[in-house]
Amino acid sequence: MTVPLTQHRLADGPTRRAIVQGGALMVGFALAGVPTRARAATGDAGPRPVDPNEVDSFLAVNGDGTVTVFCGKVDLGQGLRIAMRQIAGEELGIGIDMIKYIEGDTTLTPDQGRTSGSNGIQRGGMQLRRAAATARQALIELAAQRLNAAPDDLVAKDGEVRPNNGGAGIKFAELIGGRNFKIKLNPKAPLKDPATYTLVGKPLPRPDVPAKCTGGFTYMQDFSAPGMVHARVIRPPAIGAKLIGVDEASIKHLSGANVVRLKDFLAVIADDEWTAVRAARALRAQWSEWSGLPAQDKLIATLRADPEVTDEVLVTRGQQGPSAQSGAVSRSASYFWPMQSHGSIGPSCAVADVRSDAATVWTASQGTHGNRKTFARFLGLPEEKVRLIYLDGAGCYGMNGHEDAAADAAIVSRAVGRPVRVQWSRQDEHGWDPKGPPQLLDISGAVDPAGRILAWRTEMWLPQTTRGLPDIPLLGPAAAGLDNVRGLQPGLISQNADPPYTADNVQVLVHWLKDAPLRPAPIRSPGKPANCFAVESFTDELAAAAGLDPIEFRLSGLADPRGIEAIRRAAALMNWQSRPSSGANKSAPVMRGRGFAYVHYKHSESYVAMGMEVAVERGSGRIRVERVACAHDCGQIINPDGVRAQVEGSILQTLSRVLMEEVQFDRSRVTSVDWSSYPILRFPDVPKLDIVLIDRPTQPPLGAGEAACSPVGAALANAVFDATGARLRTVPFTPDRVKVALSAV
Amino acid sequence: MTTYRLRINGVERAIDSSDPDQPLLYGLRSVGLTATKFGCGLGQCGACSVLVDRRPTRSCLTTIADTQGKSVVTLEGLGSMAAPHPVQAAFIKEQVPQCGYCTSGMIISAVALLAEKPKPTEDDIRASLEGNLCRCGTHVRVIRAVMAASGQGG
Ligand code: FES
Ligand code: FES
Repeated sequence: MTVPLTQHRLADGPTRRAIVQGGALMVGFALAGVPTRARAATGDAGPRPVDPNEVDSFLAVNGDGTVTVFCGKVDLGQGLRIAMRQIAGEELGIGIDMIKYIEGDTTLTPDQGRTSGSNGIQRGGMQLRRAAATARQALIELAAQRLNAAPDDLVAKDGEVRPNNGGAGIKFAELIGGRNFKIKLNPKAPLKDPATYTLVGKPLPRPDVPAKCTGGFTYMQDFSAPGMVHARVIRPPAIGAKLIGVDEASIKHLSGANVVRLKDFLAVIADDEWTAVRAARALRAQWSEWSGLPAQDKLIATLRADPEVTDEVLVTRGQQGPSAQSGAVSRSASYFWPMQSHGSIGPSCAVADVRSDAATVWTASQGTHGNRKTFARFLGLPEEKVRLIYLDGAGCYGMNGHEDAAADAAIVSRAVGRPVRVQWSRQDEHGWDPKGPPQLLDISGAVDPAGRILAWRTEMWLPQTTRGLPDIPLLGPAAAGLDNVRGLQPGLISQNADPPYTADNVQVLVHWLKDAPLRPAPIRSPGKPANCFAVESFTDELAAAAGLDPIEFRLSGLADPRGIEAIRRAAALMNWQSRPSSGANKSAPVMRGRGFAYVHYKHSESYVAMGMEVAVERGSGRIRVERVACAHDCGQIINPDGVRAQVEGSILQTLSRVLMEEVQFDRSRVTSVDWSSYPILRFPDVPKLDIVLIDRPTQPPLGAGEAACSPVGAALANAVFDATGARLRTVPFTPDRVKVALSAV
Repeated sequence: MTTYRLRINGVERAIDSSDPDQPLLYGLRSVGLTATKFGCGLGQCGACSVLVDRRPTRSCLTTIADTQGKSVVTLEGLGSMAAPHPVQAAFIKEQVPQCGYCTSGMIISAVALLAEKPKPTEDDIRASLEGNLCRCGTHVRVIRAVMAASGQGG
């Protein structure tokens, strides 16, 4: 049967009344259903403060002497669970083992914004540090009164405040256990001297790792709510197709399977997951034709010719106009980065329990709090009645299908009046996750024989949606005709389109395109891998034009001492010998070369310098990356092993994107919907990685989750040029493209 | 409904299914053994790897009927947090997982490799794990952990 949205069907199984009796109990139910992590130490009942200006929103000293940290940023495998504990424990003066941790829950944790842009520690962690420092100051003042001592003579350590010069202290729990601080974050609260750190800077193990290795960890995909049914959503065969008809009899043979339809939103439900899968496969539906996508083989020309562009000059430096100088060499080149998928290893999944007056949604989205408004809008509920709770999914690296799956689950749950789990298929994930947008960059410039950049101009074509102007609509509400909301910005994808080196004049112009061919979204290091690929490749082209060593060329135009040190450290790892590119062995069957690239992330964050050694097979066109050397400066390092893991991941994931990834589509839909049509890096392709982390304990910590993605494309392209004399300017560097480039040398 | 009897992690279990073609993966997960992951359902990613009669097997492509009477080992059956299998212990020591969604399949594949080849080379490891995909980029740690678990390196 078809269940219209308005009809709340009471299901068999546990009745709704048994599960929920009013808003307060629903919180209790939700918590009982959440695995240990969230169940730990929510402490006393009653609403928690979530205002990010309040200390209590971040920290609670419990009666038993433990401290609970409430974190609005979520751990996606990047290690915030340990890093945040290190920050809080350090600043507060309490051991890691005494800290409980709750993350990503709109009812329990402060809204610290989306976990994105590599700002988890940089912003979120610093809010927490500030909260802990404020709390420490308050604890010391409380103890000072009790001990009749001057605050300056007291120290907070091991969960108690004690006199500096020894003597009995008072435990945190005794000072404030179970009660609220009721104070605002104090930007002037003194911070600990990094020289005295005992937790920050240590490679402490991540607490979720043992359970992930032994099978006890509960992922989003593993979570179930009492009385839950399983749903699959049936997406149309063409992106813009409308649902004409559904043959419900086609799943009649599957006992317990039902159809849920709202306009063009089509789903099946069943009590067990496999029956839902079978029903989704068996269901016959009729859809209208649609073929509104551009031709893939003409995509670049389509972007370039788009009549509906808005131009914006992003950067102007120095004196504009042609610089005529004797001996100057001019170059121009065009670079392209295709649409790519997030490629999560686990397709998106969510569970929702939507009732007439409130909703709880369990989601692996990076935007727990931000989604609240979105979900409240299309569910027609007040925001405070919508609760989102984060559970780990498979890594999503931006906005994969997690948000859409959660919306799907909420829509179906509202229709059937029961908790619903939606699990996407592999084809759903590859076909329908919003994509990293295409990026086209034309760069022209001139260099004098001494290696001075005389002029630089970047012109780029980017979908306007990436500025966050119109929506990134969620699929489910759009198909169901529900009130859709403004979505997410796919990140600041226009950053790092100008060189970090001295130049007499620089201009960056962006042509904002009205539409993206496929729904765009942030994907790890939004936009920067493409921009840095173009900028650092072109830098290499200028160095080659001037006949200069690529590293010396970069250093001669760089003043920032941290950038210079990163470059020197990476050069040392590479055992770099000064000479211009390209190298000498260009006619060998296997040509070897080295390449280099550098980024000062967003011109304001981490510094990354990267060298690569490659072998290119002339016959097959295959590139083998043999070694990647990387020097990485993200300021103060909270957890060096966590940073190292992020740098490793950034390098390997981006190598995959550069070597093999491009979303394939016809005029109606995405056609690369599995791992054979959308291949990614495998073990035999993995190079040796040599990474040095430059720690700067007295500097602010900067994001480490994505900066190292940016230089990968250019380091690789520059290495291929060094090996072969051929320039690769279009990603991915498939063997066919390599062969074409080789034949043009 | 048919009841299928198999030995899972050393324990006789009965799994009910109305479809003999139901993949083992869904059977395992339906009885609460959720360490084995759905990644593609197409035999392309390795996330669903288990041992069936000690052989590494894609549980998304193996049917419940075909597994009847056989012995299945999942990640949960290898060891526990208190007493991890040597490969699990090495993965923990090397801090391999990021999201960890691929980790179950990686560990199962590594256990199968070491059963066949107790002292693999790095190239053996790369070759035998080629069918296990990881998007987070934990590969170098996986290799290190498998080398360590085999008593080499580290
Ligand atoms: S889920 Fe079985 S191989 Fe991917
Ligand atoms: S750890 Fe995330 S996919 Fe491997």
